[in-house]
Amino acid sequence: MERIERVIRGCGKRAAFIPFLNAGDPTLEASFELFRGVLAAGADVVEIGLPYSDPLADGPVIQASALRSLRAGFSLPKAFDLTRQLRDVTDKALVLFTYVNPLLQYGPDRFFRDAAAAGADGAIVPDLPFEESGPVRQAADRHGVALIPLVTPTSGRDRIARICEAARGFVYCVSSLGVTGERALLSERVREMVAEARSHTRLPVAVGFGVSTPAQAADIAGYADGVIVGSALIRRLEDALAAVPGATRVLTGASGDAGMPLADQPVAAAEVSRLVTVVAGFARELNDALV
Amino acid sequence: MAGFQQYPDEHGRFGPFGGRYVPETLMSALLQLEADFRRLTQDPGFQAQLRAYLEHYAGRPTPLYYAERLSRELGGPKVYLKREDLNHTGAHKINNCIGQALLAVHTGKRRVIAETGAGQHGVATATVAARFGLECTVFMGEEDMRRQALNVFRMRMLGAEVVPASSGTRTLKDATNEAIRHWVEHVDDTYYIIGSVVGPHPYPTIVRDFQRVIGDETKAQIMEREGRLPDAVVACVGGGSNAMGMFYPFVNDESVRLIGTEAAGEGVETERHAASINRGRPGVLHGALTYLLQDEYGQVTPAHSISAGLDYPGIGPEHAWLHQTGRATYVPVTDREALDAFFLLTRLEGIIPALESAHAVAHVVKMVEQGELKSGDIVVVCLSGRGDKDVEQIAAMTEGGVPGGAH
Repeated sequence: MERIERVIRGCGKRAAFIPFLNAGDPTLEASFELFRGVLAAGADVVEIGLPYSDPLADGPVIQASALRSLRAGFSLPKAFDLTRQLRDVTDKALVLFTYVNPLLQYGPDRFFRDAAAAGADGAIVPDLPFEESGPVRQAADRHGVALIPLVTPTSGRDRIARICEAARGFVYCVSSLGVTGERALLSERVREMVAEARSHTRLPVAVGFGVSTPAQAADIAGYADGVIVGSALIRRLEDALAAVPGATRVLTGASGDAGMPLADQPVAAAEVSRLVTVVAGFARELNDALV
Repeated sequence: MAGFQQYPDEHGRFGPFGGRYVPETLMSALLQLEADFRRLTQDPGFQAQLRAYLEHYAGRPTPLYYAERLSRELGGPKVYLKREDLNHTGAHKINNCIGQALLAVHTGKRRVIAETGAGQHGVATATVAARFGLECTVFMGEEDMRRQALNVFRMRMLGAEVVPASSGTRTLKDATNEAIRHWVEHVDDTYYIIGSVVGPHPYPTIVRDFQRVIGDETKAQIMEREGRLPDAVVACVGGGSNAMGMFYPFVNDESVRLIGTEAAGEGVETERHAASINRGRPGVLHGALTYLLQDEYGQVTPAHSISAGLDYPGIGPEHAWLHQTGRATYVPVTDREALDAFFLLTRLEGIIPALESAHAVAHVVKMVEQGELKSGDIVVVCLSGRGDKDVEQIAAMTEGGVPGGAH
């Protein structure tokens, strides 16, 4: 349970870099290389997204990414395999990001047992608010996995206090109203929200949702302990994928017949390394901005 | 007495079902909505206003019509139709929309959003938005926009913006996802008018309470006509708002059988149906724990029904509870059976039902065939909407020819 906090505190004055990618996008093998790429670029904590058919808290970029992964044959046990492979190559913190239904169907106890065994340090469940979180948190605690909560600009003082009290790992401040995705302007309430959260917890406080550029990341790094970036990274992946010969139709675009998975489309090794170069390159820019 | 009317509990649960599985951004809005709803529904001024709009704008009370020729054809029970199809905009959806639009107005919101499947709820929302001068955006699956093009035009005429939901299966489920995503972003100034007894607490309760007028009227009307309660009430269930509105006033009347008809599409033994209770498992969809069509790992699987209004992989959490406790029964009805009932009612009574409502009519036919209703029994069918919206689709399916009819 302590690894997340230890890693973020270990950054000293620099803010921790926390990238998000979906497991299995565009394929399981390629996503392992992409996660390795962002770790090499300086990631302190990585968020491993578990693709879901109905990702309510996600904007179009992460939705499309989840769909690519599901079509390529992703299923939940593969996320644990991926986590295990990553744990073998890194001492950085690994956090699973999953919607509540897959977790409930797998069974909370079984989920956190397998997550812990695979080497995951924490979990984020974006559609599990404080009021509903009791049984899931108990299962996470039993297996030593940190259930990382979200606070938002609409939470208000009382909710932030209660949420922070039960928090493990770090507190995730949602920087804007709305779903995940890149935004030009970040809410002015963010700085206040981070300060409010800090007054209720000794845990690190990180900011995410809408962080698009190194400049924004640098700005947030001025007052938060960590900066989370998902959509902006995945958009680079999407752009790079569009250039993969013959892959455009299958691997990009949000619309399509979900629930009709196509056969796994292997991506050639040369193409994978090109994807990694693009995504890790942008990750390095973000990471370098956090000094 | 079990006291089914005491639900939900203070956590928004109907037994184990319901709850609020939503992003934290929405929690404060849902808590505020719950408080506003409690306060306003106990306010005599609000209630008087609601009653006045239901009477003079929607056209309530709707008739409880004795379907004499249908009853004779079936040869046993007396079949009554609760004529929700005679409401303004042609379905029961307006009951809830008037109530929620008033909530929006009383809580100072200038803008409403809604999801829609068949387009009935979208039309009803666009209608009340026009009436109350509210800005309106409706999310509708791309596939449904194709199936129900006329309703799309109707909403636009009424001044609503119709936004296509192009993700996933491009039907009601995805329109609801888009509406929730939009609400997360605009929660400061936007009221979300959910169209069925689904979604996070307090929505299943709000929609039920605004739809219970169906059952309340039915109860008074049948007592006046027959001097006793019906033996059974039958209603179609997608999310389940007309059924919940019909069932709720009867839940503590043990002698009344409550039967919901789920869309069985091409058959519950196939992959193409929308029978959440008969073929699903408990899981979380759109903020509530309920029965849900899903795969082994909790990925939501696509629903299918001939009727866009039933084409939904979940069901309201209170229905899940009524099912689990055995208080209500949920039976599958196929596309084919619904179509047959559609023509049967049209021919015998001169009433063209919505394809959704035809699912309920179809089950009454089946009950008679299976000896579940005997002579003298009284059964009430909730005729939730009129079928005008479906005529074009049916003309295309039958290539202009009508089964058993003149050409």
